[in-house]
Amino acid sequence: MSDVELKNMTLNFGPQHPAAHGVLRLVLEMDGEVVERTDPHIGLLHRGTEKLIENKTYMQAIPYFDRLDYVSPMCQEHAFVLSAEKLLKLEVPKRALHIRVLFDEITRILNHSLQIAAQGLDLGATTPFLWLFEEREKLMGFYEQVSGSRLHAAYYRVGGVHQDLPLNLIEEIEEWLAGFGKIVDDIETLLSDNRIFKQRTVDVGVVSPEEALSWGFSGPMLRGSGIAWDLRKSQPYAVYDQMDFDIPIGKNGDCYDRYLLRVEEMKQSSKIIRQVLDNMPNGDVIVRDSRLYPPKRDDMKESMEALINHFKLFTEGVRVPAGEVYTAVEAPKGEFGVFLVSDGSSKPYRCKIRAPGFPHLQGLDFMTKGHMLADLVACIATLDVVFGEIDR
Amino acid sequence: MVKTYQEEYKKRHLEIEKKLSDRFGARSLQTTYNNDELTVTLNKPILIKVLNFLRDDKDFQFKQLVDICGVDYPDRIDRFEIVYHLLSVSLNQRIRVKLSVTDDETVPSLVTLYDAANWYEREIWDMFGVIFTDHPDLRRILTDYGFQGHPLRKDFPLSGFIQVKYDDSEKKVVNEKVNLVQDFRKFDFESPWEGPEYQDQKKNMENK
Repeated sequence: MSDVELKNMTLNFGPQHPAAHGVLRLVLEMDGEVVERTDPHIGLLHRGTEKLIENKTYMQAIPYFDRLDYVSPMCQEHAFVLSAEKLLKLEVPKRALHIRVLFDEITRILNHSLQIAAQGLDLGATTPFLWLFEEREKLMGFYEQVSGSRLHAAYYRVGGVHQDLPLNLIEEIEEWLAGFGKIVDDIETLLSDNRIFKQRTVDVGVVSPEEALSWGFSGPMLRGSGIAWDLRKSQPYAVYDQMDFDIPIGKNGDCYDRYLLRVEEMKQSSKIIRQVLDNMPNGDVIVRDSRLYPPKRDDMKESMEALINHFKLFTEGVRVPAGEVYTAVEAPKGEFGVFLVSDGSSKPYRCKIRAPGFPHLQGLDFMTKGHMLADLVACIATLDVVFGEIDR
Repeated sequence: MVKTYQEEYKKRHLEIEKKLSDRFGARSLQTTYNNDELTVTLNKPILIKVLNFLRDDKDFQFKQLVDICGVDYPDRIDRFEIVYHLLSVSLNQRIRVKLSVTDDETVPSLVTLYDAANWYEREIWDMFGVIFTDHPDLRRILTDYGFQGHPLRKDFPLSGFIQVKYDDSEKKVVNEKVNLVQDFRKFDFESPWEGPEYQDQKKNMENK
């Protein structure tokens, strides 16, 4: 028996695998069923978004942000419009800011319900997936009502949002909100004390606070390790400073803590939505500046200047003053940042997208070292990776 | 009235500027403050030292490397700019560190300081062709296996050089030269036109 030579096995995981959450290819070095090394091969969904944005006007760039992390579109638009607004030094109307907070939080619930559903599904629980997707369906209905599309909204604009809320939308969201708390409770009865779910997640993929900082983690991945850091509180944008909400943090930094944290964040988000709906001010939803805002159809019928304005706005676009800014928002997955370099023309000179999933996936190697192959699946699910944003 | 974090930044940036220039000398590093953001521009030899200082000093504690970004300025002699964004979670402070290099210069890798630097530096190598010394694993990351060129350089065309298709006779995926039915067109819309005043004009007309 002593002559038997043991050799590590290299295993190819993905790019098409139901637990890979998209096009992730992992080259795994396995010692039996234990993962020794993980080498993620990414870029299979690389579309050159940053290069494309350099060739588009600011308004044309907005839809690209929907297509990065396609389960939380509006938060990413928010980061981009904030950066352009910072260079233009715009004061955005109150109502627009409230609408943005409203839809940022709807987006957070959209994202977390997908994450929790998918994590449950990866670990063998089918029911949460079905229940939460029903909620996602309703939320995407709200997306559709304001923007006309259910997923890739392109709703935010530099200076505000595209259109005002349709009539009755506030009532409809209120009606949905009344029933949502029950759904979250139901999901918790299915997962939180579920023996199988806990066996698969407790003490799996533990991240210490030092590791989380050094690997550049943000969002639930950072808070799960016990670091109280949320950009909505620490560096508030829009009207988050007027909202009353709590930031849940984890204790052990394992997959189970991060699951509990996301459930709590959904509850906090619905609390914020409630406050926004109660305090929604009236007024404009976009800066009434003819450099940014297209003229009314009425004006265009009568005024030559308005017609020229419309044409120039949709061909040349807005000229943004030269400068460099970095703006970040607390997207559901973590810090989503945009580093914008403008040369004073109507197209960004460079637009670097800082996606939260990129450093998270990089940390997969240290998180899974010494775990079983099945735990790797739990770790991928808890990272909440979406390849639209990682590959860009 | 609660102080916003921007006001805090404004108050604190002078201290940071002073502390950095005292420590490293005002000649090898310049600081600017714009749009509530503090930027440090420095020379290559002190990069690691400065970042190490920013990370470990108790007044800074920039424990998190948020992002590394490359920017290409083909007109400059120091063509590439490498931009580091750091975040201090405990002090709620951001800082940007910038470094310029020519296209045949290398940049020291930050992997020993921040684990997160690994993939960011791979991405910059992939997109701009800037080489990082002492990087443990400098492979391409986002582009295809066997890709040639560095796509985010300004002289790389938007439509690229190759396209991929499935060749039915060879029964495999093959690369071929880009062949567009219509060439990519770039229109020059820039004009000196400063925006209209018709809305006010209309009001004036009504008043008359």
